Amino acid sequence: MHGFKDIVAFFETSSLADAIRENDVLFPSIESVHVLAICLVVGSIMAVDLRLIGFASVKRPVSAITRGILPLTWGAFVVAVASGFLMFISNAAKYLGNGYFVAKLCLIGAAGLNMLVFHFIGARDQPRWDSQARLPLAARLAGGISLLLWIGVVACGRWIGFTMEAG
Amino acid sequence: MTGVIVGDFAKWLGATSLSHAIQTAGWVIPALQTIHILAIATLFFSAVIVDLRLWGVLQRDIALSDVARRFLPVIWPTVLVLLISGSILIIGEPRRSLLNTTFYLKMTLLAFALVFTAVLQWSSSAAPEFWEKSMHRRVAARFAATLSILLWCCIIFAGRWIAYTQVG
Repeated sequence: MHGFKDIVAFFETSSLADAIRENDVLFPSIESVHVLAICLVVGSIMAVDLRLIGFASVKRPVSAITRGILPLTWGAFVVAVASGFLMFISNAAKYLGNGYFVAKLCLIGAAGLNMLVFHFIGARDQPRWDSQARLPLAARLAGGISLLLWIGVVACGRWIGFTMEAG
Repeated sequence: MTGVIVGDFAKWLGATSLSHAIQTAGWVIPALQTIHILAIATLFFSAVIVDLRLWGVLQRDIALSDVARRFLPVIWPTVLVLLISGSILIIGEPRRSLLNTTFYLKMTLLAFALVFTAVLQWSSSAAPEFWEKSMHRRVAARFAATLSILLWCCIIFAGRWIAYTQVG
């Protein structure tokens, strides 16, 4: 645990973190890029989730949807993580002490876990139902859970801004 | 003159009981902003996925007109959600937006983006091959797609900057 604190302190005292803290334009700009990226991540995931649930694009095979959309999701996710990291190091100790920040990271972790479980267990027999409009329960469940988790991620993200005000 | 009228209106709006109710319940504004961002996510993704198809990137197994038909109509009801959540946010904190140049910049850009989206939707559904007929059309399509992505990016940037450019 000591190691983790040292790493966080290393980044928080870096000149990069200093610049983000001191500069009036830098933080809002990074935050805007973060919002842009999050919107693409969440928007694209919602499109896939709605297909899994059976609410949209039901005539198109699931594999076609994921192939056509997920590259955008991953590209935007990289940008969201990078911009999020920059905001985090500008005030690392305060973020770590913020319940909504910790909750947001946990929800993203849960969404990742949900994706892995679906990918390796729920989607094993995907060729059988890939083109069906109504998917097996496991697929619908994975889509629904993902949808709820990402709505939670956005909510926590917004609540961070209201609970870190004096920073 | 207009400034005085808008200032008076913001003051009156901020004094209404509805505005007070929104201000005193601490959860209302972040909850509305969450809905607002989720709606922006829906809209922005729908616009970008069509713009990327105009560029010839992603979902190339189906026609541009199919992608446009599936995603562009999503934008209009989403705009309604944005207008409603945005309006309630303004009622809660009228000075934050109404006395803020960034807010008017955002609304101007939004008007352009919506007209642009309507034209795109109309052109790609009226004649499915409209943007793919010739080399010129394909170049124009990429130009239009880039402009659309830039417009929506500027709108989202302006939206976040409203928080940093408030007067008083």
